[in-house]
Amino acid sequence: MRNSSSTRLLRLWQVLLLVAFLAFWYVATSPTLLPPVYFDDPNKAAFFFGEPLKVFERIWEWFTSGSIYAHLWVTLVETALAFVIGTASGLAMGLWLALAPTASALLDPYIKALNSMPRVILAPIFAVWFGLDIGSKVALGVTLVFFIVFFNVYQGVREVSFTVVANARILGANDRQLLRHVYIPSAMSWVFASLHNSVGLAFVGAVVGEYLGSSRGVGYLILQAEGTFDINAVFAGIVVLTAFALLLDWAVTLAERRLLVWQPRGGETEKI
Amino acid sequence: MVPALALEAITITFVSPDGARYTAVRDTSLRVAPGEFVSVVGPTGCGKSTLLNVAVGLLQPSAGRVSVFGEPLAGLNAKAGYLFQTEALMPWRTARANVAAGLEFRGVEHAEALRRADQWLQRVGLRGFGDRYPHQLSGGMRKRVALAQTLILDPQIILMDEPFSALDIQTRQLMENQLLELWSANRKSVVFITHDLEEAISLSDRVVVLAAGPESHPIGEFAIDLPRPRDVAEIRLTPRFIELHGLIWHAMREEVLKSYAQQQLH
Ligand SMILES: Nc1ncnc2c1ncn2[C@@H]1O[C@H](COP(=O)(O)OP(=O)(O)OP(=O)(O)O)[C@@H](O)[C@H]1O
Ligand SMILES: [Mg+2]
Repeated sequence: MRNSSSTRLLRLWQVLLLVAFLAFWYVATSPTLLPPVYFDDPNKAAFFFGEPLKVFERIWEWFTSGSIYAHLWVTLVETALAFVIGTASGLAMGLWLALAPTASALLDPYIKALNSMPRVILAPIFAVWFGLDIGSKVALGVTLVFFIVFFNVYQGVREVSFTVVANARILGANDRQLLRHVYIPSAMSWVFASLHNSVGLAFVGAVVGEYLGSSRGVGYLILQAEGTFDINAVFAGIVVLTAFALLLDWAVTLAERRLLVWQPRGGETEKI
Repeated sequence: MVPALALEAITITFVSPDGARYTAVRDTSLRVAPGEFVSVVGPTGCGKSTLLNVAVGLLQPSAGRVSVFGEPLAGLNAKAGYLFQTEALMPWRTARANVAAGLEFRGVEHAEALRRADQWLQRVGLRGFGDRYPHQLSGGMRKRVALAQTLILDPQIILMDEPFSALDIQTRQLMENQLLELWSANRKSVVFITHDLEEAISLSDRVVVLAAGPESHPIGEFAIDLPRPRDVAEIRLTPRFIELHGLIWHAMREEVLKSYAQQQLH
């Protein structure tokens, strides 16, 4: 068990590490602080790696002027839609195939093939099919999320304890009730186990989709900045994306805690 | 009288994926009259759970017939409640919701089902534990939740597979007495599996002793003519109990030794 003072020490070191990194970044890219070691021109380091102060200035400006919110909103909507649609379809398909062995045997090679395909490649096709609006980004996110959820649900249903199923049937559950009260709850625990992964991938789908062609979203901001060689804006976009992803992950952790109360967790005792 | 449950000439042969055959039970018959309490004892691995699985319709016998109140059994035995030897509670449901599950499956209104579940939790001594999930209960508590889950449906036939083996001796005797009380208030047919001969004698009308596997079959049936109502702790001290115990133990001892020797070979 780690006590709180050593946790605090750890936090302190983590912050120090970040500060050291930022300081190094600042010193190494400043045109004036150090003589150029590698580049022939003192401004070149800043051109390639950006400057932390300018990056944060840019973020500050985005948030104070409010121009970033519309982009964040679009990315969030795409992520959420991709997550919901991907999860729902993965859940439905996983349940169906796990409970229908013939269909699963028939489709097995195709599912394996689809899963091994690098699906990011589909982005341009989706752009053609669904246009440059959010549709194509959602579609890309869905293809990423679907398989994660699908495989987890498939596994989850197959691994429901035989005794639990038999018991529910003896207690009088019909097929529909068995699905609703046994298979789905069991599968959901596997879905939640992959929640971090699937939310992350929905986000990746949205950003990559935007990056490959769009008129809104954080991915688009980065794309635009790259087009004008504005390296500071690129890094600012990356920082915002990272912070956003961390926020999503934290929200998922909260949701998980609420939804999986029935699962044993390590160390549920109180230390006196 | 038509037996509540009749297993006639049951043979159960398992075939493993590599083609090896194992005949767990051969040519076994067991009849349970309505309202009768029958215990089945036998060395570990002799096929007790397997027989119950056949009786409840989870397992098709290789040969033989199962009938329930005279009707041949097709599919699951709707007249039976089954207390599994292994964990069978739904881990995502609280104790209360687990107990209420059967009622809900049968269309009882949610609130009413929960209300009755609370009554049953109280009856098995788990008042106040209704909101716990199975992993937050002890093994013995989970067994009691499972007991309530089965009995709340008031089945005509109750099949119990070592329900109290996880309990300490005091709680166990408490539960045994409680079971007898519930049973005598509303007599159902019970098939009760146990390793514990004393438990079998103190609860039952009849004790069936199975031979060691493979090809297990009953080697003795003993009518227990002890008076009811019984107190499971007190009845153990009566001369008739001790006499019966000696009789059945003698029949079992050889089988236990045989089964032990069998398992040493493997
Ligand atoms: N699905 C199965 N496939 C193959 N063999 C099985 C299967 N189920 C049970 N057996 C075998 O059948 C025999 C009887 O098993 P069973 O579970 O009925 O024993 P039991 O009498 O309930 O033992 P215990 O008192 O330890 O619970 C055992 O030898 C076991 O290995
Ligand atoms: Mg058993």
